[in-house]
Amino acid sequence: MQEITRRRLLWTVPFAGAAIAGGGFLSMLTGLKKGNFDPHEIKTPILNRPIPDFTLPNQPPSTGFDQTMLKQQNQPILINFFASWCIPCLSEMGVLQQLSSHLKIWGIAYKDKSQNIEGFLQRNGNPYQHIGQDSEGNVGIEWGISGVPESFLIMPGGIIKWHYPKPLTATSTQYLLSLLS
Amino acid sequence: MLSPEFGHFTLALACCLAGAQCLIPLMGAKLRNIRLMALASPLAWGQFIALATAFACLITAAVTDDFSVQNILQNSAIDKPLLYKITGVWGNHEGSILLWALILALFGTIISTFSQHLPTSLRSKVIAIMGGSATGFELFCLITSNPFVRSWPAPLDGQGMNPLLQDPGLAFHPPILYMGYVGFAVPFAFAVAALLEGRVDAAWGRWVRPWTVLAWALLTCGIALGSWWSYYVLGWGGYWFWDPVENASLLPWLTGTALLHSALVVEKREALKVWTILLAIGTFSLSLSGTFLVRSGILNSVHAFASDPTRGVFILLLLAVISGGALLLFAWRAPTLTQTGIFGFFSREGSIVLNNILLCTMAAVVLTGTLYPPFIQLLNGQTLSVGKPFFDSALIPIALLLFFVMAIGPVLAFKKGNFKQIWSTLRFPALGSILVTFAAFIYLRQILPALATGASLWIILSAIADYIKRLSLFKTTLINSFHRMTGLPRSFYATYIAHIGVAITVLGIVGMAASQQKIVEIPINTTIHLAGYDWTLTDIQDRQGPNFVATEATIQISKNGKPITWMFPARRYFERQKQVVTDVSIHTNLLSDLYVVLGDSKNSDKPQPLFVLRLHYNPLAPWIWIGGFIMAIGGFITLTDRRFRVGAPALRKKQLPKA
Repeated sequence: MQEITRRRLLWTVPFAGAAIAGGGFLSMLTGLKKGNFDPHEIKTPILNRPIPDFTLPNQPPSTGFDQTMLKQQNQPILINFFASWCIPCLSEMGVLQQLSSHLKIWGIAYKDKSQNIEGFLQRNGNPYQHIGQDSEGNVGIEWGISGVPESFLIMPGGIIKWHYPKPLTATSTQYLLSLLS
Repeated sequence: MLSPEFGHFTLALACCLAGAQCLIPLMGAKLRNIRLMALASPLAWGQFIALATAFACLITAAVTDDFSVQNILQNSAIDKPLLYKITGVWGNHEGSILLWALILALFGTIISTFSQHLPTSLRSKVIAIMGGSATGFELFCLITSNPFVRSWPAPLDGQGMNPLLQDPGLAFHPPILYMGYVGFAVPFAFAVAALLEGRVDAAWGRWVRPWTVLAWALLTCGIALGSWWSYYVLGWGGYWFWDPVENASLLPWLTGTALLHSALVVEKREALKVWTILLAIGTFSLSLSGTFLVRSGILNSVHAFASDPTRGVFILLLLAVISGGALLLFAWRAPTLTQTGIFGFFSREGSIVLNNILLCTMAAVVLTGTLYPPFIQLLNGQTLSVGKPFFDSALIPIALLLFFVMAIGPVLAFKKGNFKQIWSTLRFPALGSILVTFAAFIYLRQILPALATGASLWIILSAIADYIKRLSLFKTTLINSFHRMTGLPRSFYATYIAHIGVAITVLGIVGMAASQQKIVEIPINTTIHLAGYDWTLTDIQDRQGPNFVATEATIQISKNGKPITWMFPARRYFERQKQVVTDVSIHTNLLSDLYVVLGDSKNSDKPQPLFVLRLHYNPLAPWIWIGGFIMAIGGFITLTDRRFRVGAPALRKKQLPKA
């Protein structure tokens, strides 16, 4: 009898697990209906807050950087996440070149091989002053990016002033430059 | 005659018949009334015929461009090619649920036709449970996702279909995938019926196994087709994205694979009974929850069906009744089922237990990765995504261990294996695969792909070694070996073919990891070098399609100055949806794929416009899907085994009377 009871207890576990999952799903669905649960939402939790801690190794042909170096700048810096495998990044390059005469741009090479980045910059020009290598994408997670290209405007002291999760265009750079003046 | 109203009526009729199919035989079994139990089969047929008529009505509405039907209005248009008018019927939520129900009803009729030899009580219970699940789905169709709702006034033309779905691959992928999902309803029905009967024996294992194999083989085909479709339609050059919806199909596949093997132990040795029942319930529950996750909109996925929380609540209710009910019954009845067969760890059963543990661990990992984001968001409002790095690092070590066991399992004897014998069969494959692992490591310079290559070779070589041993090849005359060859059971071939299929898929995945790609921005008549090939963009032309305008590039491929082929990647612009779809061009020689995607053009107003091209060289890529189809072929071969075909019990020697 003892044995049967123990087995009975054991075989209730699948039901209990399914019931808990079901309860979770139900509260998600009610949340969806009320509007306080949205799986498609992209949050940028660090806007108007200090930059996260990170260190990026050198990405040739330039040198990497970390959060202290970025905080110590006395002028705004545009941080741009990019990759050689991303076609929108390629189309963004022209805009970045033009922008680099108004504003310092530091790049973060996201989930890419070093030699691919070097080739990419050789073919399309290099608008970046510093380039850090985020080959595993961990720094991208810290910054809360959802894809490439994404750009962040960092004010002196390391506050994130503006975030643009798309390729920069002529209109968006105009807005960006208006933020600076 | 096949009007939408008639379709609506037959759908409601099917729902009533399905309800009767559930209740009457169960009542008959309770009252031990043969006549009531015998009604199961005609009711299953009636439900199927009614539902098939409803489906025919929906197809008629689609083909005749009846835009007064809301579903057709939202998903079709006059200029859509006929093939896609038909396949588009299951390309949307309402139609696909109707297809689900239709396939479920079809399986009900197949059971009632091919299970005449089953004990009447068990048979009627199985058909009744199939009817119960069908009732749920048909109610879902009628209440929240009715495809026959009219819209008034009817417009002259429809809104068209998502251009991505206008592809021959979509004609076959969903029906086959659904057949796989729904196929697991049969082992589920058998499991619940066995719990109701309170009896599981070898015969039960023999009855349930062909259905499991059938569902598994269809699901394998469905997943392989889906993966292939995403490879050649989406143009991202990938074949698996760990998208929640892909995971939803992988989960029942993993537990279904476990079920397939554990049912074998029930059949041969009457062991692992309770576990097999749980797997059968779990596998169908995962198929159902896959549908739930996709249709309710609680997951962020590329497979965007028009999601609706109301529908989600209904499917959750359905899940609670079907899976929750089964699990409750399981908790109540399973402890009374007794285990009879015993076995040592180093035996065929032992290897299958290990296989089950590993496969279920993999399923748990995939489930965790898929459900972690919504649950974490529910609990503390954080948004995050779980992707490839998690799945790769968590799954690859388990998979490698699984591949290791996979080669040994079939060589082991039931009950108790003989270590010396195994070693004599497997030492050459072991040596060969260790050498291959080293060679692969030197060539690839990465540890995991090298191990995976070695593991695949290990599976293939062990199969060959065991085959040679069974034929006594080189040890006896060729004639003798030939006789042994014809004497081997089909299940022997089926096992090894399926296992070799896995090895081939793994090799394909390893090959894809070594793929090369380049993104370029070039004017016409420029040559790019990649992976030893010369890719020359020779021309760009506009072309008018049936419902799109295509910009088509011509690319000449040559190697060492010798022309090999022409490739025509294109971008199709669909005016109605204002949507651009890339038309990938793939050239394959079965050992590698050349893969070209045409991107945007730049400076198109200037005399020398630039075109963005993405070039891929994907070694062994086709093997990923070929391996999948080989696995499925292995499954289908099992089904032709005599015992399954005629449903006769295994031929056994007469038991000697006790002395």
